[in-house]
Amino acid sequence: MKILVCISKSPDTTSKIAFTDGNKQFDENGVQYIVNPYDEWYALVRGLELKETLGGNLTIITVGNVADEAIIRKALAIGADDAVRIDADPKDAYYTATQIAEYAKSNGFDLILTGKETINYNGSQVAGMIAEALDLPFVSLATKLEINGTTARMEQEIVGGIQVVEANLPLVVSCAKGMAEQRIPNMRGIMAARTKPLTVVAPAAVEELTAYVEYGLPAAKSAVKMIDPNNMDELVALLHNEAKVI
Amino acid sequence: MNILVYINSSNHLAKSALEAVAYAKKIGGTITVVATGSVDDATLGTLGEYGAQKVLVDRSVSTEDSQQVTRLIAKAAESTGAELIVFSHDLVAKAVAPRLSVRLKAGLISGAVDVPNANGQVKVNVFSGKAFGFVSVKSATKIISLLPNSFQPEKSGSACAVEAFDGGAGASVIKVVETKIPEGEIPLPEAELVVSAGRGLKGPENWGMVEDLAKVLGAATACSRPVADIGWRPHHEHVGQTGVAIRPNLYIAAGISGAIQHLAGVNGSKVIVVINTDPEAPFFKAADYGVVGDAFEVLPKLTEAVKKFRSTPH
Ligand SMILES: Cc1cc2nc3c(=O)[nH]c(=O)nc-3n(C[C@H](O)[C@H](O)[C@H](O)COP(=O)(O)OP(=O)(O)OC[C@H]3O[C@@H](n4cnc5c(N)ncnc54)[C@H](O)[C@@H]3O)c2cc1C
Repeated sequence: MKILVCISKSPDTTSKIAFTDGNKQFDENGVQYIVNPYDEWYALVRGLELKETLGGNLTIITVGNVADEAIIRKALAIGADDAVRIDADPKDAYYTATQIAEYAKSNGFDLILTGKETINYNGSQVAGMIAEALDLPFVSLATKLEINGTTARMEQEIVGGIQVVEANLPLVVSCAKGMAEQRIPNMRGIMAARTKPLTVVAPAAVEELTAYVEYGLPAAKSAVKMIDPNNMDELVALLHNEAKVI
Repeated sequence: MNILVYINSSNHLAKSALEAVAYAKKIGGTITVVATGSVDDATLGTLGEYGAQKVLVDRSVSTEDSQQVTRLIAKAAESTGAELIVFSHDLVAKAVAPRLSVRLKAGLISGAVDVPNANGQVKVNVFSGKAFGFVSVKSATKIISLLPNSFQPEKSGSACAVEAFDGGAGASVIKVVETKIPEGEIPLPEAELVVSAGRGLKGPENWGMVEDLAKVLGAATACSRPVADIGWRPHHEHVGQTGVAIRPNLYIAAGISGAIQHLAGVNGSKVIVVINTDPEAPFFKAADYGVVGDAFEVLPKLTEAVKKFRSTPH
């Protein structure tokens, strides 16, 4: 099994979100970057579990600059065998996915895993784009993934329930909660990560299709209205008359 | 402008489908709907009331197979000369819209919460709802997927024609082995009212009072992440940054502290009610109505008050 796991950096989940340059740039001041949780907790760990039972190799790939090598080392410490960094700023999902697909094309992976979305842009775009660029089947937001020979069996949450689907490898899967449990890297993993191979690849010439022009923060909430815990009739009346939600 | 709206409808027309058509109508242009799923022609024709001029339907396409759906929409886009393709940002769209973007070299904006502004830029939520951004598309053809519950469907026109369309899909490469849909539950992403509880409820045996309130309101139930992780509640009820993101009209949270990762998945709710023993709980800052009190006493009282309200005419 040759497995490719796509990882991206995202601000730590507790980061204060702010913008600079007339609301055109994300303010990175004081922001700690982590591996996007969906990539790390679900795609990477499930990929490792599959590798551990079926044998093979797990490569992680990210489109990013030298500073992103910190998240690559973290993923290597958790257990990936080797890493690829495509040396470019991930301008938009199309740009990122095309770079990854270009690399995957010439390296023949059986399984390509991503997280269901990043927690910064929340687009859910990269995995499907990679699948199309490689003309592969794609299962989105899988919550379970088992491999039997060349067949993958997955579960997905559909509106109101669960659906079980099967597809043949090679395959692209985006991973959601349920796939695996988060793994904390141990000292041995952290030491080993230092010497694991990291290949830096020059980007292909790709034009991005979209651009973020401006950002903003939601308007501050008006102050909370406190209700006496012994007067739930008042709360119900407010929800009906004032908020008009019941 | 020629707009194509994709609708995946098995059994019934989802509210999100109506939202997508009404959204296209608001943008303005000639609207063709391309539909998959088992909904009958008469029902599909009612999409005309929301602004569709015509519905093209291919029931042979399997919505689980994103390659088939992509081929179908690409063909329909070509035959209608679509400059804009609209989806509702659901499971199928999350698989198909990115594929279509690559196939048509058309920029994709996912999770739109509003129609394009005067400069053609579209507002989306970013950083898990902690901020928003405006996105522009550089390509001639554009794709937008609309965040469910962020646009009100409005009826105006009358029923439209429905035509069979051959998407040229070929055989599906995805096999559906099983579909399990529990009866009688309101699916969380579609729910307009949600009652949610956290670790403050102390144990799964206490969820009866959460369910009682949900029942009298006709609401879905949800929970915070630790509650799903410990196994008190099923995983599909976990809301937040790493769980389901929801945008109900009313979100009632009992015994939930309101950590930033929880808020990230629920801050799109129109009205938030927080019940917590701790007056300093961070959730009160995000709430519209707050009750400092013990959930074990407040929830049953609130249930009674809703019952009383429901039984009197208004
Ligand atoms: C990367 C990351 C992602 C995360 N994603 C999510 C996510 O998606 N969703 C999520 O929910 N969390 C998420 N978390 C966890 C989050 O940080 C909090 O730990 C979690 O939301 C806390 O859940 P809680 O409020 O139920 O529990 P607690 O923090 O234990 O809070 C319980 C609350 O109940 C109150 N309480 C106690 N007894 C009563 C009573 N009798 N009546 C009323 N109130 C009472 C307490 O005052 C307290 O405020 C994430 C964390 C990380 C690090």
